[in-house]
Amino acid sequence: MRKKAISMLFVLTMMLGLILSGCSSSSETSNEGGSGSGDKVTVKLMHLWPAGSSKQHNIIVNDIAAEYEKANPGVKIEQEILSNEQYKEKLKILSASNELPDVGMTWAAGFLEPYVKGNKFAPLDDILEGELGESFISGTTEAYALDGKTYGLPLELNIAPVYYNKKIFEKYNLEVPETYEEFKNIVKTLADNGVTPITLGNKDRWTGSLWYMYLADRLGGPETLTNAINRTGTFEDPALIQAAEEIQSLVGMNAFVKGFNGLSNDEAKGPFMNEQAAMYLMGSWELPNYTTNEDVPQEFRDSIGFFKFPTVEGGKGDINSFVGGPGVGLFVSEKSEVKEEAKKFVEFFVQKWGERSVTDAGVIPATKVDTSKVDLPQMYIDVLDELNNASNITLYADVQMSASVAQEHLNMIQALFGEQATPEEFAKKHEEALASEE
Amino acid sequence: MDKVMSNKLVITLYVLPALLLILVLIYVPIILTGYYGLMKWDGIGEMSFIGLENYTKLLKDAEFWKSAFHSFLLAIFSAISLIGYLIISLILAGKIKGANFLRKIYLVPMLLSSVAIAQLWLKVYHPTNGLVNSLLISFGIDNPPAWLAEPNLVLSALFVPIIWQYAGFYILIYYAALKNIPESLIEAAKIDGANAFQIAYKIKVPLIAGVIKVTIVLAIVGSLKYFDLIYVMTGGGPNGSSEVMASYMYQKAFGTYDFGYGSAVGFFLLLICLVVTWLIRKLTATDEEIQY
Repeated sequence: MRKKAISMLFVLTMMLGLILSGCSSSSETSNEGGSGSGDKVTVKLMHLWPAGSSKQHNIIVNDIAAEYEKANPGVKIEQEILSNEQYKEKLKILSASNELPDVGMTWAAGFLEPYVKGNKFAPLDDILEGELGESFISGTTEAYALDGKTYGLPLELNIAPVYYNKKIFEKYNLEVPETYEEFKNIVKTLADNGVTPITLGNKDRWTGSLWYMYLADRLGGPETLTNAINRTGTFEDPALIQAAEEIQSLVGMNAFVKGFNGLSNDEAKGPFMNEQAAMYLMGSWELPNYTTNEDVPQEFRDSIGFFKFPTVEGGKGDINSFVGGPGVGLFVSEKSEVKEEAKKFVEFFVQKWGERSVTDAGVIPATKVDTSKVDLPQMYIDVLDELNNASNITLYADVQMSASVAQEHLNMIQALFGEQATPEEFAKKHEEALASEE
Repeated sequence: MDKVMSNKLVITLYVLPALLLILVLIYVPIILTGYYGLMKWDGIGEMSFIGLENYTKLLKDAEFWKSAFHSFLLAIFSAISLIGYLIISLILAGKIKGANFLRKIYLVPMLLSSVAIAQLWLKVYHPTNGLVNSLLISFGIDNPPAWLAEPNLVLSALFVPIIWQYAGFYILIYYAALKNIPESLIEAAKIDGANAFQIAYKIKVPLIAGVIKVTIVLAIVGSLKYFDLIYVMTGGGPNGSSEVMASYMYQKAFGTYDFGYGSAVGFFLLLICLVVTWLIRKLTATDEEIQY
């Protein structure tokens, strides 16, 4: 009996030992990752372009990493790849436990703020002082700056034009609109003929926000919305309320695809790609679908064009003002043990990325592109030219705002489109949310 | 052997590994959640202690109570649908043709993951090409509603796949319980002249009362903390029309970076579930033990 008891005890201690050793070994590995062991330096890079869903991006990252390793013997780039939503959550958890990768990706303004305030990201101004700083399109690095220091270097820049189907326009004798009146006529003609004028996936909410932002810009000029957000102005500005009214009048005209508030952006793409909807307002990241993407029929790609959001009579905005902004950017962890090496890698990465991303992945980088040197589809060149001539780029409203105000804004956008809120209520809710932050 | 098993030290050692796991994986996080609820914390930077502020804010938060109301509606709806499951199980457990086949049909939704179910029903509810609206249009209804976009309809539209998803689970439980009832009892009732309805209502249902009680608790508590299908299908929208307590918690913690408040919502949700469980047990308490 006693023997049995002893053997059981032995088994139990073994089990406990296993559990405990499991814990300790995992903490060991996490230590190893951060620091360079011996003369070999490891820089950990976490990004969000898996080989499956973002093949081109993934290849470029691999190439750049390999190139860097070759040029810098003794440095190893270790990649960790996650998809978008997982990435955001993991980044948050890692930062709470002070285990951020040496180099990673972040979004601008509102997303970046808590990380900077929590002292998680390192300032990168020393990189910008060099030659690289000159090559960024003005206004892009600013979105990553807080209190005069820059904490991220942008990789992408996007503007949102209105894509339209030339075949549908031709069929109903429509021309690219330059004024809002012309635009409304197009909407009316298409709706009367049973064609969905505009497809919109407003379950994602930022999609509807784009429409609101453009109307706000065209009616009130580039400063009005930005001022309302930074509290030098107000959301109860007549131009902003009128923009909200215009949204509801568009909804009343059946301008948007049926059930838009329940459709995701991906679902909303369907009617446009199937030529059931005539227009689609979306970021320039959609360009490959209309130019180089071999999975999309050539005939369809040829029939897509884009136009700038029309001006409104009596409004203060001009037609060359765009809604858009930088996409993801690179950060360096403040707690990184190989900070200098990581910064060097970031500098290298941004440079190489600018050279290759346009041609290989159809991404518009945040660094200047010499369109005469690269072989690009015409639509790309047109968009890049528009970008160079832009009088203003208004950063996406939900990115400008802090996280909690952004949520309120996005919810109110859905309510506005769904006619659950009047334009006045829409303005008031924004004011309340912004006031509670002060 | 008996001697060993009655040794207190051995018992402790046996229980210890499981106990440790439960403590570390279940109770510690619960306590931590309650503790984070006392903090002002964005989930990234420094925490600061603010006492019960999050909890008092929660009690006055109209949006939270709206989502709580939605959760309660779902709980009531699930509890009512249990009656339907019970009736189906009674029919299946009787000797009808094709009972085996039908049982498998009911079980299929259980085999799918929630996200797959959500994707499937997104297609069913698609405003123009969806199964529901295609049917309605073919019946001559020109302008059927866009189910997931209408604030007044979205919640009921979501309840259908949720009920569908769990049907197999409850039917299986009832079916197993009903099959456990000794045949002799039914035979005796038949000899006494009871009809099928009387047998079901007076004998079978009372005999599985314990199981029914468990399923009521499962259905109601499960509904109160329900999350996945709603999150994937509508994300709580449009404008909070389908927000439930768990999705509200997620939105606060991960959407607005208010981890402290999100934790407070989570802890409050736990308290509600505990109180409701206790209430149901009180209300359905029976003294008699059923013995066959």
